[in-house]
Amino acid sequence: MTTTSLSIGRVARLTVLSFGALIFLAPYIFMISTAGKAQSEIFSSSLWLIPQQWSYIENFSKALSRVSMSTLLINGVIVCALIFVVQVVVAIPCAYAMAKLRFQAARTMMVLVMIGLLVPIHATALPLYVAFDRLSVLNSYLALVAPFSISVFAIFLFLQFFRAIPDDLIQAARLDGMSEAGIVVRVVVPNAWPAITAFAIFSVVAHWNDLFWPLIVVTNQDYATPPLGLLYFRAAEAGDDYGALMAATLIITLPLVTAFLLAQKRFVEGITMTGLKG
Amino acid sequence: MASVATVDHFAVEPAAREARVAWLLALPAIVLLFLFILLPTLAVIVLGFTDFELGYAGFRFVGFENYAELVGDRTFLRSLWNTAVYTIIVAPASIILALAIAMLIEAETRGRAFFRTVYFLPVASLLVAMATVWQFLFHPTIGPVNAFLAFFGIAGPNWLGASGTVLYGLAIIGVWQSVGFNMVLFLAGLTAIPRELYAAAQIDGAKSWFDRFRLVTWPMLGPTTLFVTTISVINSVKVFETVKTLTEGGPNKASEVLLFTIYQEGFVYLRVGYASAMTVVFLAILVALMFLQYRVLDRKVHYA
Repeated sequence: MTTTSLSIGRVARLTVLSFGALIFLAPYIFMISTAGKAQSEIFSSSLWLIPQQWSYIENFSKALSRVSMSTLLINGVIVCALIFVVQVVVAIPCAYAMAKLRFQAARTMMVLVMIGLLVPIHATALPLYVAFDRLSVLNSYLALVAPFSISVFAIFLFLQFFRAIPDDLIQAARLDGMSEAGIVVRVVVPNAWPAITAFAIFSVVAHWNDLFWPLIVVTNQDYATPPLGLLYFRAAEAGDDYGALMAATLIITLPLVTAFLLAQKRFVEGITMTGLKG
Repeated sequence: MASVATVDHFAVEPAAREARVAWLLALPAIVLLFLFILLPTLAVIVLGFTDFELGYAGFRFVGFENYAELVGDRTFLRSLWNTAVYTIIVAPASIILALAIAMLIEAETRGRAFFRTVYFLPVASLLVAMATVWQFLFHPTIGPVNAFLAFFGIAGPNWLGASGTVLYGLAIIGVWQSVGFNMVLFLAGLTAIPRELYAAAQIDGAKSWFDRFRLVTWPMLGPTTLFVTTISVINSVKVFETVKTLTEGGPNKASEVLLFTIYQEGFVYLRVGYASAMTVVFLAILVALMFLQYRVLDRKVHYA
């Protein structure tokens, strides 16, 4: 009796989950399908998924020729890598000082960090833009990276992690004659890898996707990040050339999605950890 | 021996040296925090009281003139209203859907990893790119969504092109994009609930699935739900990417949202003073939401 009701429940569950999964995957399915269709075909049969006449090569070469996709992807990698490295290098020593050293300003710092957590880039963008304009540093990697050099969220996350590191471990390192900087590099960082990986995923996903700030400080295609480049591509395309447009979106979505599929467990753990601590 | 020497060293100069090192380690962070967060935040508040425009040399203080203008600015009021409508649709929908999916996945033994991956995929995808795909899906004549509806004899609307439906179209994209994130947090919350509680509830007479949910799952998920709610509301208030990519606030300002209006006013028309006043309103909304979260956290949540 219980087994049948259980299996009915399971069938219902699996049906709902599969149906939902299909809806969530639909955009990807249509993206891949449409990227291979010729213009005329897109305008005639919209629900047939397999292209009758394969136009992948045409659409992809169109996508690659209008806007330099490689420049976009390289810019994306450079900007995300710079932001992440600077954020970690700045935040880890600060979080260590707040967690483990006699630091009178720790309390004040904590208040500032809490205030900082409330203030998104959208709120500081106007003064920063005016300042960057005056300093003539718009259209540069510096402009793209600088506002994110400080991540109060990173300080907050690492702080919680560092507090859990036993004091004895740090005391032992001191007795071995290590400097505080040495302790950060050789004791704290190796113990904080889970937090650092989690933060890496959080930071890269956020900045790889960010459109707001690049849109403001970059007008030169040479410094465009992937979202901004796609916006340029759409503007250049003007019409309804969905085949080429889908090919372009496919190229630009692929890197992060591939990274996610390869390291799913890390991704989900990272988002959970950063999410719940934030 | 070296280690003995260090111990002596510490004993001789105790707290002062440690404090100095602490300051040095924290200094870069403190400087950057002031430079890129605190100063600009103060500056935006000050600029909100000026008539500063980029490209003009001087500016003067105008008191609350900008705010007086905001109260009568129909675009801004429309934008506030649209942001509220968008948030009222997207936040609850993405929370409820995420909780439902998380509970279904948690109850299922097979295909857990697969379903988790599928529902999480939109979070890891470039939103501007996927918005472009949705634009195609929503296309009034060649789009699959309307083709599908036509299958059932329903004439689909011009989703993103008509002022009556554009917010719903954007809301669907918003929900699709954020469910995975919330789901992952709920999954973490669900795994943390001790199994014994369900057994205890069963002994106490909680027979149906709904009783177990009402008596165990929902109260135990309290902190997670509160957090997911706050983050969903804040993220919905911050909607920008899809609007900028797909509608530019149109048609007829029907999808004009807060951040888009600020962007337009400040970075396109370069009216920095006026846009700063809008930004202050935006910040005030965020602060109010956080305050609300703390208040609820203090009162309602069962454990933390």
